[in-house]
Amino acid sequence: MKRKSPSKTARVTRRTFTAGLGAAGFVAGSAPFNIVRAQGAALKVGVLLPRSGYQAGIGQDCQRGVDITNGILKDLGLPSLQIMNADTETNVEVARSRAEKLIGEGAQLLVGAFDSGQSSAIAQVAEQKGIPYVINIAAAPPITEQGYKFVFRNFPTAGMILRDAFVDQLEVFAATGAAPKTAVFMHVNDTFGTAMKGGIGAVMPKFNMPYKIVETISYDPAARDLSVEISKAKATGADVLLMVSRLNDAILLTRELVKQRWTPMAVLSMGPGWYEDQYLKTLGKLSDGPLSFAPWYDPNKKLSKQLEAALAKAHPGVNLNTNHVYTFEALLVAADAYKRASSSDPKALADAIRKTNIKDNVSIGPGIQFDAKGQNDKIIGGGIQNRGSKLVTVAPKAAANGKPEWPLKPYDKRG
Amino acid sequence: MPFDVYLNVAVGGVLTGLVYGLMALGLSVIFGVMRVVNFAHGEMMTIAMYIAVTLFSAFHLDPLIMLVPIAAVLFAFGYVLQVRLINPFITRPDTSQFLLLVAVAIIIVNLLLIVFGPDARTVQASYAYDSFQLGPLIVDATKLYAGLAAIVVAIALFAFFQYSQIGIAIRACADNYTGALVVGLDVKHLYALTFGIGAACVGAAGVMMVLIVDVTPALGPAYTLLAFVIVITGGLGSMPGALVGGVLIGLTEAMAGLLFTPSAKSMFSFAVLVLVLLFRPQGIMGKRAA
Repeated sequence: MKRKSPSKTARVTRRTFTAGLGAAGFVAGSAPFNIVRAQGAALKVGVLLPRSGYQAGIGQDCQRGVDITNGILKDLGLPSLQIMNADTETNVEVARSRAEKLIGEGAQLLVGAFDSGQSSAIAQVAEQKGIPYVINIAAAPPITEQGYKFVFRNFPTAGMILRDAFVDQLEVFAATGAAPKTAVFMHVNDTFGTAMKGGIGAVMPKFNMPYKIVETISYDPAARDLSVEISKAKATGADVLLMVSRLNDAILLTRELVKQRWTPMAVLSMGPGWYEDQYLKTLGKLSDGPLSFAPWYDPNKKLSKQLEAALAKAHPGVNLNTNHVYTFEALLVAADAYKRASSSDPKALADAIRKTNIKDNVSIGPGIQFDAKGQNDKIIGGGIQNRGSKLVTVAPKAAANGKPEWPLKPYDKRG
Repeated sequence: MPFDVYLNVAVGGVLTGLVYGLMALGLSVIFGVMRVVNFAHGEMMTIAMYIAVTLFSAFHLDPLIMLVPIAAVLFAFGYVLQVRLINPFITRPDTSQFLLLVAVAIIIVNLLLIVFGPDARTVQASYAYDSFQLGPLIVDATKLYAGLAAIVVAIALFAFFQYSQIGIAIRACADNYTGALVVGLDVKHLYALTFGIGAACVGAAGVMMVLIVDVTPALGPAYTLLAFVIVITGGLGSMPGALVGGVLIGLTEAMAGLLFTPSAKSMFSFAVLVLVLLFRPQGIMGKRAA
């Protein structure tokens, strides 16, 4: 076999150089059309969620919200979205690298990522790359306090969650005539949990709560055994258990409550975990009773019914919850902004998101708008109770579809 | 805080510590006889946990009933691993052995990730929510069963090494390698048996542990580290030391969680390790090097 002469195979003549220059010019000239697509092409949305790791249950629940979005967007006359999924593996560093990878692969807008730590990392990447990022769920206040121009959050901050939680708790106490005197506060020691702990210290004194916190117990969100934590909480003899948790630990804690034969007057959760579908399915009758004070949906809104119907069709037996609602609303914000911007140019999209004014939404409150920091400060939290593997909204009155049951039925009398 | 709270937490810590002790016993047996440090110990335990979870979810086989069969599977795994992979490294430098077993550990974690995924899996046994009440003492049924089973397995193991011909021969190999060769013992086979027994121990511990905690592939390295903390605290190579170390660490973690902050409880088990290394470097029940 003869080796070909390089001079014959790769000779650059004046003609080929000119042709190459022309081709390069064409590519350069047409490049903006690759980035700024005309309306009609679907917006590429990178959705980052913890689909594996100890937050996998919640991440997969958020995914259900993603799955039903495009159908509803079509019904609303909004452009459909091209979803690019990524798994953060419940890890901040993985979240950061996946965000970079999605942008590298052409994502024009990012959505996610359920967790405050992971969302903070993604926000840094989005801001650096100049790609709009709509947070679905993450409550740590600093995320929207950094002066970011491309980061938006349609979810309440820890302070807002606590404010509404205390208001709704007072409403529940008034409705049931209950007045717990003491509470033990247990929280995960991750970004969200510690932000909530700090928030309680700042917000609770502003409300005339009937109970005082007699003990605060923090624990590792990836803990495998929470028996000591429950022993310690039980020993306080507190009337109610005030919780800021995740899903796996909520299940572990309930198991320990049963094993250690302790039924507090109520479990008052101010975060995820206790209303999740996996919690209801894993624990069956033992899941009944906890009250969760969390960002929720207004069951009386038109779009809520539409979302409920779509979820029931796609995932029969799964209750609509915060994970689906706020993931859907983040994508709704993206589609609405894309329609108004008529462009996928990142700056145009960010400007359009900043001017969002969606009144026909799902979550409790007047709708979706963002302040100068990119925060929707109009969201109102709700109070919900687990009953017979279903979720009943018990507060605020304007959004309620049931009355609260008080106190918690003893775990050893549930058959 | 009422006294019964301390009592309940202490009993829970001791029962969990017994299972920790059984897990560490396997590591101690292997090191005591072969001087091989099994860096894949926790990972081998997760294999047993996954077998228990799979058998339960597929056939509803109770982990405690499957304890002996699963331990037998781990015994076979350990035996083959020793004969085929570790034996050629017995006479090589320690660093080669360490790297080999670290590699085995990484392979196990990743294989488990591929097969089972990263999410936590659990066994919902019929007694998962049961507890026994004796006056002010409330004992978690699963922890009690696991702790009792750990005691039974440990007694059987002690009896095996003390009274059986094979056990005595293994101890002879541990005491004097050259002497064992001179009197005609099949040292290669005895080493493989030892590794198999160590693996069976950790397999039995895994079956019991799956009643107490959910399993993920990432659990392996954490338990390898815990086993090292226990055997170094109890005395490297000492079988009673492993059990004592396990109970001590289990109790320390539980009481530290109660008295200080639960999220920092593992910090206290490392503090115990540091204290032992400072004041009794050979471990609580270890023999001082001649």
